[in-house]
Amino acid sequence: MSQNNSRLLETLQSVLGDFLVNHFVQADQLTIVVKAASLKAAMTGLRDHQQLKFDQCIDVCGVDYSAYADGAWDGSRFAVVYQLLSVELNQRVRVRVFCENDDIPSVDSLIDVWSSVNWFEREAFDLYGIVFLGHPDLRRILTDYGFVGHPFRKDFPVSGNVEMRYDEELKRVVYQPVTIEPRENTPRIIREEGYGG
Amino acid sequence: MAEIRNYTLNFGPQHPSAHGVLRLILELDGEVVERADPHVGLLHRGTEKLAETRTFIQSVPYMDRLDYVSMMCNEHAYVMAIENLMGVKVPERAQYIRVMFDEITRILNHLLWIGAHALDIGAMTVFLYAFREREDLMDCYEAVSGARMHAAYYRPGGVYRDLPDSMPQYEVSKLKNADAIRKLNENRQGSLLDFIEDFTNRFPKCVDDYETLLSDNRIWKQRTVDIGIVTPERALSLGMTGPMLRGSGIAWDLRKKQPYEVYDRLDFDIPVGTNGDCYDRYLVRVEEMRQSNRIVKQCVDWLRKNPGPVIVDDHKVAPPSRLDMKTNMEELIHHFKLFSEGMHVPAGETYAAVEHPKGEFGIYMVTDGANKPYRLKIRAPGFSHLAALDEMARGHMIADVVAIIGTQDIVFGEIDR
Repeated sequence: MSQNNSRLLETLQSVLGDFLVNHFVQADQLTIVVKAASLKAAMTGLRDHQQLKFDQCIDVCGVDYSAYADGAWDGSRFAVVYQLLSVELNQRVRVRVFCENDDIPSVDSLIDVWSSVNWFEREAFDLYGIVFLGHPDLRRILTDYGFVGHPFRKDFPVSGNVEMRYDEELKRVVYQPVTIEPRENTPRIIREEGYGG
Repeated sequence: MAEIRNYTLNFGPQHPSAHGVLRLILELDGEVVERADPHVGLLHRGTEKLAETRTFIQSVPYMDRLDYVSMMCNEHAYVMAIENLMGVKVPERAQYIRVMFDEITRILNHLLWIGAHALDIGAMTVFLYAFREREDLMDCYEAVSGARMHAAYYRPGGVYRDLPDSMPQYEVSKLKNADAIRKLNENRQGSLLDFIEDFTNRFPKCVDDYETLLSDNRIWKQRTVDIGIVTPERALSLGMTGPMLRGSGIAWDLRKKQPYEVYDRLDFDIPVGTNGDCYDRYLVRVEEMRQSNRIVKQCVDWLRKNPGPVIVDDHKVAPPSRLDMKTNMEELIHHFKLFSEGMHVPAGETYAAVEHPKGEFGIYMVTDGANKPYRLKIRAPGFSHLAALDEMARGHMIADVVAIIGTQDIVFGEIDR
């Protein structure tokens, strides 16, 4: 798919003004970075403007940048990424917003803008611990009842912290510390530019 | 006077019409649903986290296990994301093979859906018919990849092998004598393309059979017409895609609107519903099977006439041929590096979406130049659809909840990931 990203960007700049912090184009896809404080106003503008009309929020996901490029990242740790689609005008845009506080990351909930973000925000909260302010029902969604921690954060081990088994004596299921260790079969490597010809 | 109070009912996770592991908490007023709260995550395997610890090729088989009834479409979005970032151009023949198998997959998915949906709301026969046709299509999977379901056939840069010249044959056993086997093998004498063509000739008649059983069936209509109505505005806001959106009357299909691979060169139509109820979505999916059959036919014609490579010749992305690998030192090194360290995808991010049988299936990938993705997000269509269950089920009877789960075409592999 190819779309007119420069025209779209111009409209976005005129609609968002100061809210728009940065933008990138890669592989014909436009990404914009929006200020966290003005997220809700910006997104409402994206939905309602006549030349934008992003009537669908296709996806919301959290990203933890703490280990990006082996620690070369110096911005905020958590970001929320929205994939927007306009069915009417057939265009897409990706919106990223960085959470200002690394310890208690939070952004405004967009549940009043699109109904579809309901579960996506619960998922990002569950997996990354990003709090969506104003979400009416911010419960865990994918992990177990009573789960501790946010499993997709980069400092959470792949093997987890606890495992579950049936205890013959207590006649019930118990949790205990994991008895396995994470194993790395193929090391993660970033090669320099032009490596191997 | 008797006390009147609402009932809270636990539905599933071990219920045959819960399509796997759906746990629903239903708040009921008599038999009318006041609130439906799906509890998901019982099949959560952390695919996205696992992919961060695997090289790009090692994650391809994980994609099969997401939506485990439309395997190759999941792989398609994943390899497209990698190709986007690397700027790889896929050979034309591979594009046609991908489109053909995407459509075969769509038929596979819709056959399972029609069987399971009908079984859920009381029609047994369709299930048996649908699984008869699924068998042939899974044989196609087996012929190209060796696996009937989890194929891992699409690779970054193309598909793993070209289509085979012969089909696997049934063999005589204690259960079937030589005569029966000869009959079973009748349409397997030629190549895979001959077999698929034979299937496409038979299949419209099969769809007619399903329609005879359901479309004008009084019980079927009583269970589906005006059940779970979604208005176009709500469908958009709720993030519905695919047949769920088209059933509400919005003609949106990525294959037409944002064509990928060779869909812009193929001739097919997009069915659209009017009322947005379960019956319209049923009609949309049935028509989609017929349209997919048309696409498969066109792909078979093209593939017969145009031999060529099926994977790129760039050995930083795709493995060299076995012969080159065994005779050429350079290629041996390429082969070793590709399968041990894996490929390096340039830093950046991309979102690749395909028109999956259930809706828009997307892969959002963030990379930092390593041999593994930094973050992989799987956008599963069923996730948004199930989130809308509460709104769709309100005010309906318990039995209608089953019809709504059926019409959403829920598969937990993709929802729980």
